[in-house]
Amino acid sequence: MNIPPRLRRALVRLRRDLLFVAAGVPLHGIVPPLFLWALTQLINTLDGSSSAAPIVFWAPATLLVICAYGLTEAQRWRFRALCGLDLPRLRFREAKRQFAYNWLVGPLFGVLELLLLAVLAAGLTAATSPLWVGMFPLQWRLDHRGVWTWVGYASAVGLLALAAVPALAGGLVRLENLVARAMLHVSRSEELQRRVEDLTTSRAGAVDAADAERRRIERDLHDGAQQRLVALALNLGLAKATLKDLPPEARQVIDEAHREAKEAIEELNSLVRGLHPAVLDELGLDAALSGLAARAPLPVRLWTDLPERAAPAVEAVAYFVVSEALNNVAKHAEATRADVTATRLGEILRVVVTDDGVGGADPARGSGLKGLAQRVRSVDGAFRMSSPVGGPTTMTVELPCTT
Amino acid sequence: MHDLTPAVRRAVIAEDSVLLRVGLVKVLETAGFEVAAEVGDGQALLAAVTEHRPDLAVVDVRMPPGFTDEGVRAALEIRERWPDTAVLMLSQYVEERYAANLLASNTSGIGYLLKQRVADVEEFIEALRRVADGGTALDPQVVAQLLVRRRSDPLERLTEREREVLALMAEGRSNAGIAGALVVSESAVAKHINNILAKLDLPRADADHRRVLAVLRFLGV
Repeated sequence: MNIPPRLRRALVRLRRDLLFVAAGVPLHGIVPPLFLWALTQLINTLDGSSSAAPIVFWAPATLLVICAYGLTEAQRWRFRALCGLDLPRLRFREAKRQFAYNWLVGPLFGVLELLLLAVLAAGLTAATSPLWVGMFPLQWRLDHRGVWTWVGYASAVGLLALAAVPALAGGLVRLENLVARAMLHVSRSEELQRRVEDLTTSRAGAVDAADAERRRIERDLHDGAQQRLVALALNLGLAKATLKDLPPEARQVIDEAHREAKEAIEELNSLVRGLHPAVLDELGLDAALSGLAARAPLPVRLWTDLPERAAPAVEAVAYFVVSEALNNVAKHAEATRADVTATRLGEILRVVVTDDGVGGADPARGSGLKGLAQRVRSVDGAFRMSSPVGGPTTMTVELPCTT
Repeated sequence: MHDLTPAVRRAVIAEDSVLLRVGLVKVLETAGFEVAAEVGDGQALLAAVTEHRPDLAVVDVRMPPGFTDEGVRAALEIRERWPDTAVLMLSQYVEERYAANLLASNTSGIGYLLKQRVADVEEFIEALRRVADGGTALDPQVVAQLLVRRRSDPLERLTEREREVLALMAEGRSNAGIAGALVVSESAVAKHINNILAKLDLPRADADHRRVLAVLRFLGV
């Protein structure tokens, strides 16, 4: 059977609207009976007509309070799954709106939903009346010949009612949508505030995860490839030192392999240092910086005042900053020396790298500096650079260390 | 007549990477040591030293169970309990404070080298022998890291060549060793050293390791 697309869409929407309305009935309808129950128990308690009432009263009362909160979550599910409206998760302390929606507005909607379902049921019954009246015993139909007139009216009205159902259901869904948006939604500023909180948490998680991943790779390389390479170079070195009577070609090959192996160790070591040096985890920023300063190809003076360790992510960024900065100085600054200071003052870890080079460094151009600034921002740090043409260049990075 | 051939010297190895341990055994045997024990962690190292009383212990800094400074702690204990056992530390990276701790009490029979230096077998063997003989072997990287911490820099008074000589001195090399490394004559080295000692007001001393001590004291260890 070929259903025209417009009709198909209308049917799909009708089915969804009706499901939404039907799901609303128990969620909206549960509160009034509980109210009535609690009310009768309260009256019984007050006039002393039931000895069990003072005890039983608390059951509906508790359920009512639970409903005021618990139903919100059920409504969120209902709106999201059947209506495509994503309501924010309301907090426990936002009780007023949850109570108002579930206790006051909810029951009204429950009534409307029931009415709509009743119209649907009545419409169906009336519209199909010729069918089921036709199934009555023949004798009864012969006795009530006038009924067919009424059946005709009834089915006409029923069909009209059924025709109205899609529009009514759609209207009710839109109304519920509007009300839910107004009552169960949060204000724009609050929404933004939540978004910021969410983003802060998830970004910290992402930064930590990246750090953990770097650390894992570092450990794997240390336990595996680094040891293997050192052992390989050692064996080649042994061969070189002990096998003196080899033909010159063989010696040359061994020499070559030995040199390659040593270079591979160097390369791997600097790769690992760039990832996440083990010394940073074990001994902290202070110790890691002196290794950096000593390896730099120009004289570097280091001054640190770090009475306590910062968070691993912050230490990693500080290390990366100094590493990149010294790389930059060595590559571009034509400097004769550099100074690195790392100090902790209150909640701020300040790293300053200066050099006496030619200056003119522009963070907007070099990808190294840009990556550096990005990484500083990833922990909410501040990045400043002063590099007039002719030098000197000073880079200041401040990283927050909230404890 | 005395018998001048020294007794075979014994060594223990503490290194958790089996591959590297095998290689180290070979190097030590090539260098004329007898490897009395090879172990994989700090506790086993102390037990082995107690049992064998070796002349030399070659120790990895990072070992099980914590993979941080187990080797350094074991080495400090060895230095305290068995001062006759020389210790050569091997490390993936240089932590100058470890070196400083190890050198703090005395500088004889101690070495601190980057792991990758074992690949240069001949130099490594020389370092092994020097340490076992009561000398010092410091990685150039250790010396470099000690230098970056200097606040006001009297080293600025030194010439480029004199700095090189000073770094090699701090590594524990003899005049001949320094001359070999820089491809100059020994007398030239002696002249440089005299200049350095004069510029830095270091006390004159004869033995290699006391020279190292003087240099390190100057460097602030």
